[in-house]
Amino acid sequence: MPEVMTATRPAEFVAGGGTILDVRNLQAWYGESHILHGMNFNVNAGEVVTLLGRNGAGKTTTLKSIMGMLAKRTGSVRFNDREIIRTTSDKIARLGIALCPEERGIFASLDVRENLLLPPVVRPGGLSLDQIFELFPNLKERLKSQGTKLSGGEQQMLAIARILRTGASFLMLDEPTEGLAPVIIQQIGHTIARLKKEGFTILLVEQNFRFASTVADRYYVVEHGKVIDGFSNADLAANMDKLHTYLGV
Amino acid sequence: MQALFAQLLVGLINGSFYALLSLGLAVIFGMLNIINFAHGALYMMGAFCAYFLLNLTGLGYWWALLIAPIVVGIFGMILERTLLRWLTGLDHLYGLLLTFGIALIVQGIFQNYFGSSGLPYAIPEQLRGGMNLGFMFLPIYRGWVVVFSLVVCFATWFLIERTRLGANLRAATENPTLVRAFGINVPRMITLTYGLGVGLAALAGVLSAPINQVRPLMGADLIIVVFAVVVIGGMGSIMGSIITGFALGVIEGLTKYFYPEASNTVVFVLMVLVLLVKPTGLTGRAA
Repeated sequence: MPEVMTATRPAEFVAGGGTILDVRNLQAWYGESHILHGMNFNVNAGEVVTLLGRNGAGKTTTLKSIMGMLAKRTGSVRFNDREIIRTTSDKIARLGIALCPEERGIFASLDVRENLLLPPVVRPGGLSLDQIFELFPNLKERLKSQGTKLSGGEQQMLAIARILRTGASFLMLDEPTEGLAPVIIQQIGHTIARLKKEGFTILLVEQNFRFASTVADRYYVVEHGKVIDGFSNADLAANMDKLHTYLGV
Repeated sequence: MQALFAQLLVGLINGSFYALLSLGLAVIFGMLNIINFAHGALYMMGAFCAYFLLNLTGLGYWWALLIAPIVVGIFGMILERTLLRWLTGLDHLYGLLLTFGIALIVQGIFQNYFGSSGLPYAIPEQLRGGMNLGFMFLPIYRGWVVVFSLVVCFATWFLIERTRLGANLRAATENPTLVRAFGINVPRMITLTYGLGVGLAALAGVLSAPINQVRPLMGADLIIVVFAVVVIGGMGSIMGSIITGFALGVIEGLTKYFYPEASNTVVFVLMVLVLLVKPTGLTGRAA
């Protein structure tokens, strides 16, 4: 981690703390369809936790529910000991949770600079523009380009970069490696490792298990809207057979 | 030749109103997904607001230019908070029906008290008289309307396309759920956007008062043409609304000179042609 990134950070950035996110019996609906049937898991400060599971298991819905983006959700989501199940998504963002969505969510009618500056700074401790350009030099060259004119990899970097500015300490990354070339995936892996070292807490959704195993501390397996198993990276080898069955690989 | 330039000027004046109104419609449609049929009634309220300010409080034209858009804008924001908000996520048709109903009610109330004839509103002292440009005589007030409308249209374009606030607005037009999840209060932004669009209509109403008099149905007559302008320009494009507004005003004016019989229909003929060739409008993005 370069020195530029070791700016003073609020206490919650310090790793080794207790539970930062506690999800209990979380249920959620898209319109009439019941997607989450009681998710239970937690994330500790400074950890990288990965949700694994097949397509349609409810991983993305879990992130969106934590973020308050689904109208109908029940159960309990506690962030820093504060109940947020009924909080609106703009207020949740201001507590310091940020989402890098699936499909990246780059805005076509905004140029790269506007995309980067769109999420407001919600608390101190975020990266400055210089630090972001140091992490993702490509973006600096493309500031005037239309957001969606960037390559897939650059769009993913932009999607991650813009939530690093805000000062959010808890990042949710939804399939950051989807559809990207191996060399870019490697770069994103390095970035996540650097962010973790810097004290960010990360909840990751990944289909790419091999990628996840390079960055994660713990895993939860999601199936039919429920957590059906969980283990730490140290127990990974012992759980490989089970995992293959779960994921059908 | 004199007559040609005179019609061109009339075209530019009408174009100013088309541009201000269709600009507001475009902004509102982009953000709220509502086709605001109440726009004509709110334009009329702007003109009446100027009339009341003058006759009840003695505040003249310049104050009206400032106060009427704010008062009518606040009225619009109350409409949005109490009525339009409930339509979020429903089909366009509901918004169209509701705003059309609001327009009928508002116009009905004004007609009940003021009848259908026009109330006079004098041109402000500073803008009376005219200038001889050599090739034509230019009434100063009419020149002022065109220039001022251009400035307001450009300022609105700048606000939306070139500022941080405008970037938030454009992003929220694309994906309001994600913008809100970044910590931006999107519902408040929607209310303010409706207020801005409505304020532009009220401003056009004030500008129009000295030219067209103040009448309860002044907006109802105009809004049909404005919707044709919006269809031609393409719903949701800011610059498209401005350019199409002015261009169609001028085309209408020219038609009045060369073939007066068609001057009331030329806009609709163009609309049909554009819809046949490019259904999203000249500058519109595909929905």
